[in-house]
Amino acid sequence: MQRIIAGLFAGLTFGAGLVIAGMSNPLKVQNFLDVFGNWDPSLAFVMGGAILVAAPFFRMARFLPRPFVADDFRIPTFQQIDKRLIFGSATFGAGWGLIGLCPGPALVSVSLLSPQAIVFVLCMTGGMLFAKFIANLSMRRGLKQA
Amino acid sequence: MTEFTPYASLAGGVLIGLSTVILLLANGRIAGISGIYSRLFEPGTLANGKSAWVHGEKGWQLSFVVGIVLAPLLLMAAGFEIEQVFTGDLTLIAIAGALVGFGSVFGSGCTSGHGVCGLSRLSVRSLAATITFMSVGIAVVFVLRHVVGG
Repeated sequence: MQRIIAGLFAGLTFGAGLVIAGMSNPLKVQNFLDVFGNWDPSLAFVMGGAILVAAPFFRMARFLPRPFVADDFRIPTFQQIDKRLIFGSATFGAGWGLIGLCPGPALVSVSLLSPQAIVFVLCMTGGMLFAKFIANLSMRRGLKQA
Repeated sequence: MTEFTPYASLAGGVLIGLSTVILLLANGRIAGISGIYSRLFEPGTLANGKSAWVHGEKGWQLSFVVGIVLAPLLLMAAGFEIEQVFTGDLTLIAIAGALVGFGSVFGSGCTSGHGVCGLSRLSVRSLAATITFMSVGIAVVFVLRHVVGG
């Protein structure tokens, strides 16, 4: 129950941060990416501010035996840069540039109930399920070869 | 044109950072939105046969997503105006959504997981991902605005 409450607070804080930062406006995100045109550098302050706050705590977490309300820390340790990471990130970047929404701001937009936001989230969810399907297929193939 | 909003954007960034810290210190998890949201669609039973909604991760994953969806409603109730301008039609929005969904799960993260959490913990993998999606995003907007739409 404590984990669910922590999750809710984290979600509310994250969503409020996205809206206040201006990331829920796709036009503003596209203007941030338009470095060769009407560049709006605001969103660099979003990422900068978030990292400045979070970075010291990620360091601190290494010295904590366990989180406050869960059994273990699950922080990725994988460091290899592979084709899947680059291909996936490039595909994500293409979609992000096309409209100016990434997953967080897309979820924030749902409650505004615009047809645009709903179509985006439905197609995003479909894309995610397809990526999981492909990843499972290639994993099974890998197991067969091994 | 959108107005340059360094203070509001910095304040929003600080809130996003705080959210990441809450999830890290309380639950020991990374605040990667594509990962958290997409895992809600995975099977709801753990290996030991118990429900993942009660005993596993799904409870907090759902409450996190619910929090994100509710946040703008609370802000609007407090008198905050939310501006949302889309530049493309529904077909383009559908294509962009599918690419964002596929790419963020296939590449193991989006702006939050790689961009904020990954860079905060100095992950080389996340740095590579962030440079990739930023560069492609910039290139796509360049083509849309200065080549096709010029």
